[in-house]
Amino acid sequence: MINFDKFTLKNGLKVIVHKDESTPIVAFNLLYNVGARDEDENQTGFAHLFEHLMFGGSVNIPSFDEPLQKVGGTNNAFTSNDITNYYITLPKDNLETAFWLDSDRMLSLAFTEKSLEVQRSVVIEEFKQNYLNQPYGDVWLLLRPLAYQVHPYKWATIGKEVSHIENATMKDVKSFFYKHYLPNNAILTVAGNIDVEDIKQLAEKWFGNIPSGNAHKRNLPKEPKQTEAKRLKVERDVPANAIYKAYKMCSKKHADYHTTDLLSDILSLGKSSRLYVSLVKEQKLFSEINAYISGDFDEGLLTISGKLLDGISFENAEQSIIKELEIIKVDLITNNELSKVKNKIESTSQFSETSVLNKAMNLSFAELLGDANDVNLEIEHYQKVNANGIKRVANEVLNESNCSTLIYAKQTMPANN
Amino acid sequence: MTTLDRKKAPSFQQVNNIKFLDVTKTHLDNGIEVNYIDGGSQEILKIDFIFNAGNLFQSKPLTASSTNQLMKEGTKKYSSFEISEGIDKYGSFFEVENSYDTATLTLYTLTKHLSNVLPYVKEVLLQPEFSKKEFEIFKENAIERFKINLEKVSFLARKEFMNAIFSEKHPYGGTVNINDYSKLCLDDLKEFYHNNYNLGNCNIIVSGKVDKTSINLLNTFFGKEITSQSTAKTQGDLNLNIDSKKVYIEKENALQSAIRIGRIFPNKLHKDYFGLQVLNTVLGGYFGSRLMNNIREDKGYTYGIGSGILSLKNTGYFFISTEVGSDVTKDALIEIYKEIETIRTQEISKEELDLVKNYMLGQLLTSCDGPFNMASLFESVNEYGLDYEFYNNYIKSIKEITPKTLLELGIKYFDKSELTEIVVGKL
Repeated sequence: MINFDKFTLKNGLKVIVHKDESTPIVAFNLLYNVGARDEDENQTGFAHLFEHLMFGGSVNIPSFDEPLQKVGGTNNAFTSNDITNYYITLPKDNLETAFWLDSDRMLSLAFTEKSLEVQRSVVIEEFKQNYLNQPYGDVWLLLRPLAYQVHPYKWATIGKEVSHIENATMKDVKSFFYKHYLPNNAILTVAGNIDVEDIKQLAEKWFGNIPSGNAHKRNLPKEPKQTEAKRLKVERDVPANAIYKAYKMCSKKHADYHTTDLLSDILSLGKSSRLYVSLVKEQKLFSEINAYISGDFDEGLLTISGKLLDGISFENAEQSIIKELEIIKVDLITNNELSKVKNKIESTSQFSETSVLNKAMNLSFAELLGDANDVNLEIEHYQKVNANGIKRVANEVLNESNCSTLIYAKQTMPANN
Repeated sequence: MTTLDRKKAPSFQQVNNIKFLDVTKTHLDNGIEVNYIDGGSQEILKIDFIFNAGNLFQSKPLTASSTNQLMKEGTKKYSSFEISEGIDKYGSFFEVENSYDTATLTLYTLTKHLSNVLPYVKEVLLQPEFSKKEFEIFKENAIERFKINLEKVSFLARKEFMNAIFSEKHPYGGTVNINDYSKLCLDDLKEFYHNNYNLGNCNIIVSGKVDKTSINLLNTFFGKEITSQSTAKTQGDLNLNIDSKKVYIEKENALQSAIRIGRIFPNKLHKDYFGLQVLNTVLGGYFGSRLMNNIREDKGYTYGIGSGILSLKNTGYFFISTEVGSDVTKDALIEIYKEIETIRTQEISKEELDLVKNYMLGQLLTSCDGPFNMASLFESVNEYGLDYEFYNNYIKSIKEITPKTLLELGIKYFDKSELTEIVVGKL
């Protein structure tokens, strides 16, 4: 159980406070309700590039990191298709430094040309390091546009292509900031050995006079229901063939979300899971196989991916996956299997709650999705999942007409340049 | 209402008081030592079984890590599936890890399920089967993973680096090649297990919600076993090869080059260790480090660059690691060496040093947060026969160290001619 208090400043900033007396560290998590799904299709990768620029100095403070490090703190941030999340951990006594720094960059950035120029290069290097210069690194650059026709999930947070990042201008940066980085478009969570009254006072002092603005009304195109199988085959200079099958699934707020999550766990969580036992251990078709859900706020993907062993054909590999899926669509899973994945959820959640930062992040995410208190109901939602539900969702989701398949083949001839 | 001066930083204090959670030492009936750290509010446990069974003790490449991973794949009583199922059923996790010095098997479990999962843990530790069937599956899949890793410039650079700073015959060096997998033989693994994995050679560290019941359970499962003294012997030639090398591996289509620069370094037992940690932090040990500021935040050559010191039982090493755009590899190298040279020619300003000191103390506070973090801190000194006093000395050294001492250390340890350099990609 994570207890918390919640209040809203006059400018619309929501603040959540969680008291944990056991730690000398405070987590300060500031979530902005903007992600890659809010980008223009001709200017992708922008939310993430912008996240980098948030560290390039703010209107009154030339450096974000330096003063924080000076008080023993550390910080980072991440951008997803749905959100941008900034977090700090620091010794409790120095908490006010976090308020000072993050309120100033919410007020306004320094917007220096140098910072834009350098971070463009840094992000392009990040693009190369994680997506282009890694074996299988471009999988999601290929799979997203295959799976989605209109919804902005069709591009990755890093962006569709390097040129979108190269072309970003200061004008774009400023308009993005004024559109999304508003107190009424953010959620602040502070967790540690702190009192809500102190946090109220600090929040009011540092964030209280930041003007609110017209929060962007999100109006995303709804992805039409997929009705036929989609396929793409590529050849790359990689040592092993790989297959990716992405099935459309419900949104995070949908009643079937937890059932779908457990379905993916039954398929591949741990070495006693179905796909691993059958396809890796018994039939020896794959060197590794995984099933996972994207966890997206809007309609997402349940993906099954595997690397084929040498000499195994794509046809054989794919048919064997489909055969396993047919079994779970026909036969009810056993109680044993169901309680196993539920127990894993329970222990994972207990272990995750040992960290104030995890707790602060989860409270923020839940609040954005509707209510911070949902963090305390998660386990219950999972406990309610039953075998019939798993079978029903398997039948709804795991169909070829609902699937985008990427065949990632190793080049038959080595590249000759 | 008074106007807020946003240019003025709030007051702050340096971390003064770090509370270490107590470690309690106890013994099982047969004399096996158990250290435990009780704390936290969740009813959960982490138990580490640490054996002196790392690479240091292997005579052929891959023996230590393969033995470590195959132990879970079937025992006298249970099949590989039954072990996974038995542990998964209770939502527990059982992980193995092999390093240069030690091999660790770690159980994560809800306290209430400890008695249900310990039978499997006991079997894995004491009765692993090493069947031919599991061995072949393991080997085939490991080769596939290795082949993929060989496509990564960062993996290649790390591998070449270890081989360059240690000699071919040193157990920390010795490059693994793909045909080492085909040379692996099951009898070597069985022998390695036999020599290195007896309980007399095991350290048990328990952290989380530890009560009498959990210790009693450990005693029930492990306290009656007959233990023998370890017959483990370090292998290979422990002499250090101090000649620096330059290795360049060209990868034609690489968009980035991986760079590793470093050398053999003192470990935790050496008097210079704390000072070198401070110096490493200044150079590349945190986000605001000189290397990050220059190579990333000023030049934009990379997504990230960092440096670190790894302490090993018999020695240690220092490394700088980055991946940079292949068109700027040469420029990045020039800048990296500039920063290294500055460490040994100019005293660090008081302002920068104060920042680094505060940062390091804040990080230490974070790494003491909670029983699991504390257990990791304890483990990382216990294997050297040290205790928490090490951290008290660490705090004291950080607070007292001067720019002059750091400059002396810079001169002593950061001579360019003694640094090994690996570049994989394009020069």
